Amino acid sequence: MSCIEQMKYEILLNRISFKEAREYIEKNSDEVYYVSPGYKIFKDYYIIGIPPIAVGSKGNALIFPYTKPCHGSFVLSIDNEDSIKEINRLREIETEKGTASLKKGKLSEGSKPPATSYQNMWKK
Amino acid sequence: MTGAKVLLMMGCPEVPIQTSIALYLSHKLNKAGFDVTVAGNDAVIKLLKVSDFEGYYVKKMVNLDKTLEDIIEERLDFDICFAFMHNDSGMTFAATMSAISQAKMYSVIFGRNAEALENAIEFDSVKIVASDVHNPIRLKNKLDKVIEEIVK
Repeated sequence: MSCIEQMKYEILLNRISFKEAREYIEKNSDEVYYVSPGYKIFKDYYIIGIPPIAVGSKGNALIFPYTKPCHGSFVLSIDNEDSIKEINRLREIETEKGTASLKKGKLSEGSKPPATSYQNMWKK
Repeated sequence: MTGAKVLLMMGCPEVPIQTSIALYLSHKLNKAGFDVTVAGNDAVIKLLKVSDFEGYYVKKMVNLDKTLEDIIEERLDFDICFAFMHNDSGMTFAATMSAISQAKMYSVIFGRNAEALENAIEFDSVKIVASDVHNPIRLKNKLDKVIEEIVK
């Protein structure tokens, strides 16, 4: 069990596809950052996901995808002192990379995953 | 490839053929001289332990989350990974494995949505597909051909 399950979190979406989780985060965050699979947050949670993995901030809350083998993907929000640290860390990484954070609606086409038929299948 | 480290990465065990194929594949690869580890969530591990209570077919069973953590932290890796999937979560875990590991990826795709899932996979992998739920024979036969190639 990762530390996430022991933290106070809000479930924004549950039992969705990973693509839906990414789209929700991109549309509903103040700032959006893209991380690789395995990016570690909150001490010991390694994000599972299909790259590019969107992680967002809304105020002081960190919004991120969470996937379980039997329950699909979730979008979780955590708003505490640690989430502020995580958001600052993402901003620092973006600054080091020399790129501005991707605001909603400004994601370049090149970084978007191609649409797939699986999305429709998942909704059946 | 004999002696190579092989990971069988299990998805949710709700589709019956997964456990059957995992036991079969683990035993077949063990007999061929591979070092096989099966990784799954608690439900997967319990199903395998009850089915194979003396560890005859599966020699090594590990927690999936811990295994991924060890690979990310570069404490562990595999030469070959068979990623089992029948739903979006399985594909998500397989895509993660593909991104963090040096292992050659084989996507073992089954269940009612196998074809759509196959088309949705974007990472580099050999796809072994059978849209079966209860009957493992087609998937077994396809895996046999793949294993023949690996063992050569």
